[in-house]
Amino acid sequence: MSEVRRKIIPTKHPMPHQDAKERCHNFNEVALGYDEDTAVAEAQRCIQCKNSPCMEGCPVEINIPAFIKKITERDFAGAISIIKEKNNLPAICGRVCPQENQCEKKCTVGKKHEPVAIGRLERFVADWEMAHGSRSVKKAKPNGKKVAIVGSGPSGLTAAADLALMGYKVTVFEALHMPGGVLVYGIPEFRLPKSIVAREIASIVELGVEIKTNYVVGKLGRVDELLQEGYDAVYIGTGAGLPSFMNIPGENLNGVYSANEFLTRNNLMKAYRFPEYLTPIRVGKRVAVIGGGNVAMDAARTALRLGAESYIVYRRSFEEMPARREEIEHAREEGVHFEILTSPVEIKGNEEGRVTSMVCQRYELGEPDESGRRSPIPIKGSEYEMQVDTVIMAIGQGPNPLIQQTTPNLKTNKRGNIVVDDTTGQTSIPGVFAGGDIVTGAATVILAMGAGKRAARAIHEYIQSKG
Amino acid sequence: MFRIVAKKELAPRIKLFDVEAPEIARKARPGQFIILRVDEEGERIPLTIADFDQKKGTITIIFQEVGKTTELLGELQAGDSILDFVGPLGCPSEIERFGTVVCVGGGVGVAPVFPIARALGEAGNRVVSIIGARSRDMLIWEDEMRNVSSELLVATDDGSYGIKGFVTDILTGVLSREKVDRVVAIGPAVMMREVCRVTPESIPTVVSLNPIMVDGTGMCGACRVEVGGKTRFACVEGPEFDGHQVNWELVLKRSKMFVEEERIAMERGGCRCQENARR
Repeated sequence: MSEVRRKIIPTKHPMPHQDAKERCHNFNEVALGYDEDTAVAEAQRCIQCKNSPCMEGCPVEINIPAFIKKITERDFAGAISIIKEKNNLPAICGRVCPQENQCEKKCTVGKKHEPVAIGRLERFVADWEMAHGSRSVKKAKPNGKKVAIVGSGPSGLTAAADLALMGYKVTVFEALHMPGGVLVYGIPEFRLPKSIVAREIASIVELGVEIKTNYVVGKLGRVDELLQEGYDAVYIGTGAGLPSFMNIPGENLNGVYSANEFLTRNNLMKAYRFPEYLTPIRVGKRVAVIGGGNVAMDAARTALRLGAESYIVYRRSFEEMPARREEIEHAREEGVHFEILTSPVEIKGNEEGRVTSMVCQRYELGEPDESGRRSPIPIKGSEYEMQVDTVIMAIGQGPNPLIQQTTPNLKTNKRGNIVVDDTTGQTSIPGVFAGGDIVTGAATVILAMGAGKRAARAIHEYIQSKG
Repeated sequence: MFRIVAKKELAPRIKLFDVEAPEIARKARPGQFIILRVDEEGERIPLTIADFDQKKGTITIIFQEVGKTTELLGELQAGDSILDFVGPLGCPSEIERFGTVVCVGGGVGVAPVFPIARALGEAGNRVVSIIGARSRDMLIWEDEMRNVSSELLVATDDGSYGIKGFVTDILTGVLSREKVDRVVAIGPAVMMREVCRVTPESIPTVVSLNPIMVDGTGMCGACRVEVGGKTRFACVEGPEFDGHQVNWELVLKRSKMFVEEERIAMERGGCRCQENARR
């Protein structure tokens, strides 16, 4: 037997997908997930190596070999409980983590072959648990201390769950009408079904976490008021929700959206089901999405599903695109066009103030810049006009300034991000912690979760030390 | 859920709700707004706060039925609830002792002018208020405005009450008769633009812009306006701006962004369940 086992299947078991021709017309999930047998077979590719380098790659420190071993034994309930020791949002992480840069990057099998599909396996057990509805809630004994969490995105939810498990009374304050942050307004249904987000959040509420929606901290209670009202600590996880624009002529024409607006209308407000849902969205016939990150891919693929011809306009080349390869590939399969080494210099409109075209300039690549990517240099005289009726700006987000503006003594850097101690997440104000995109700038869901986890630990230590 | 504790019809298609929202009532200041969502399928719409009562824990909103959402809202009765109600949003009005302030309210815009006029009066200003409507039956809150103003002047387009003409006609008269230190104007964009044309640059003229909004917390830029040549987000940097600096042409064009969709939403009105069945 052991002889047979040592022979590793070189490639991951493929993920079943909705066909590209079909899926570009609907908002249903693209990746369909493993069935039990495929999951077991994939789990058997793990060699259970002693040093488990995969775990170093996981920002929330899941015991990866242990949960995979349980899958090989078909003990799926055992597998999920191992994951849940560290991660309270596995159905989400299994879907949106860039595993290729994290756990799977370090996989020993991956040195010679394709790494073990850790993300797909995590997703499988999380979905298995949801389908079998056998959640065991282990509520902690209350310790009488209260923590306020500002923002219900991935970092806030993670901190909330971890603190609740330590016995804290946790209240999460969310400005929007639905918790989840970028998981509900940013990432589209076809990558992350909102029913899954809702169920993951419900499991955190079951731990005793209270979520107050429609509560804008800074406008209602301020951070200092929360501390005065008896919260022993505050965690700020308000994210990078401030859209950047290019400041080019024509940017305020009708038909120019920030990716945040476009995606919020579609994901949070369900504009793709207009007029059943009352929030409108308009894409026209040809849509240009400016940018090359995951947000740009999400916007371009959404526009396509709303019936438009969709173009990614990016000023560097494919090599430098910060989006996940998988997302770029999916976008291509679905028929998104790519205008690379190109950037708009002006947006033109008609009498009514609607977008009619975009003047673009071609670029060539120069030396690598401080980000390590080759910097784009405009080619003189290369301007050309592109006929479009919608332009979506997906060139990045900054920190939402609401908390910083209403919290005196909170130290921020020149970009407006909150300055914290690297290991604890402690801000310049005692008892106030921060993490996720509000500290690092726009990054990934899993990094935000890792920050929430570290902060929960530090908040615990802080409150304990005060007695 | 936010309970409607009182409902009044102030004029045809103009309705008032007192909404139970004690936390918002405690924090609200004149000039701020709320965002609401009627039900699960609803859109988020901004409404400027017309009044707030800390003791009762209520926020007063006044709205005109101009489309699908305001119509659905108007169907709600006292005792019913609004699903989502968030605020207070935006920056409060600047309230100081300026001297003589003229407060101009047009149509349903009289409502948001009211708390500002009251606060300006309490701060020791002489408040001359000018309110206007299409006709007498569309005029709202005349008594309320009179109570908080040193002087109240009324205009109707058809002359059915007060002076025949526009609020700007009265404003021109006031400006020529006395020294005015500040003008505050809230109403339809065209009215606010005209007010800014009438007031000289030397008189600070504050307007409350009402662009399309989604979240109302600065995360999307749907509400962007141009003030002094710069792009600003009305929800967090406003909604009040110096009217002389506002690019009115842009404000008017952007307000028409979704006219077509707004029409579709109205036409597809009626029973929601049928729409669900059709899908």
